[in-house]
Amino acid sequence: MKFSQIKSILSKKTIGIAGCGGLGSNCAVALARVGVGKLVIADFDVIDESNLNRQYYYFDQVGQKKAFTLQDNLYFVNESVKVEAHDLKLGPEDIIEIYKDCDVIVEAFDLAEMKEMILETVLENIPDTPLVMGVGMAGWGDNNSLQTRYEGNLYICGDERSEIAEDLPPLAPRVGIVAYMQANQVLEILLKGERE
Amino acid sequence: MKITLNNREESIDKEMMTLQELIDYKNFTFKLLVTKVNGKLVKKDQRDRAIVRDGDKVTVLHLVSGG
Repeated sequence: MKFSQIKSILSKKTIGIAGCGGLGSNCAVALARVGVGKLVIADFDVIDESNLNRQYYYFDQVGQKKAFTLQDNLYFVNESVKVEAHDLKLGPEDIIEIYKDCDVIVEAFDLAEMKEMILETVLENIPDTPLVMGVGMAGWGDNNSLQTRYEGNLYICGDERSEIAEDLPPLAPRVGIVAYMQANQVLEILLKGERE
Repeated sequence: MKITLNNREESIDKEMMTLQELIDYKNFTFKLLVTKVNGKLVKKDQRDRAIVRDGDKVTVLHLVSGG
């Protein structure tokens, strides 16, 4: 498929991204670059200087709301992508409400409890919507441990093992790889059956 | 019974067991698990009532922080 055909398909698609941190900000940028129609992003947090080791923000944006700042940054990446930004700590009801009409949902939270919450919410309430999760990406090195597992409408990217800790921080390369794996998985889902 | 656990075939010398017994048997000790039997979510408080039988497809997801 030529890029023009790919873009024409993707321009009709809406992708929900839950969380605008290391996974969410980078995944959103990748999807904006290839020209998806619309991104629905949400995060309650503000940008901290410590986030700049992996998240798609700049020094002069420290202190600003992540959801709205990512919306600004995405505009500079590709102004034709519609971005719906929510400054919100997502709970089960919000997830159903905000993401129910999306073609794919990307889980991009940091805390395991939040990952559990969105997984249970989607499986229970909107199981026909594909969910692409990022699980296990702390530290550095060990490229080949990062992989994707499929299970029905559920896709899990990462090593499913490495948990962040003081001596195993999340860093740009591994977090970025998993964020881009998630974006790549989204494309596979959206372009499936469209190949000529 | 023969089941599929996380996309892998697994033989267990029992006719049936609860999902919680399976988790204990497999020694899944991680703090946060999300479980599915035959594609359906089984919440934590239902694991000692959910029965796993021959031919079932079981998924155990282990969630860790980071992102």
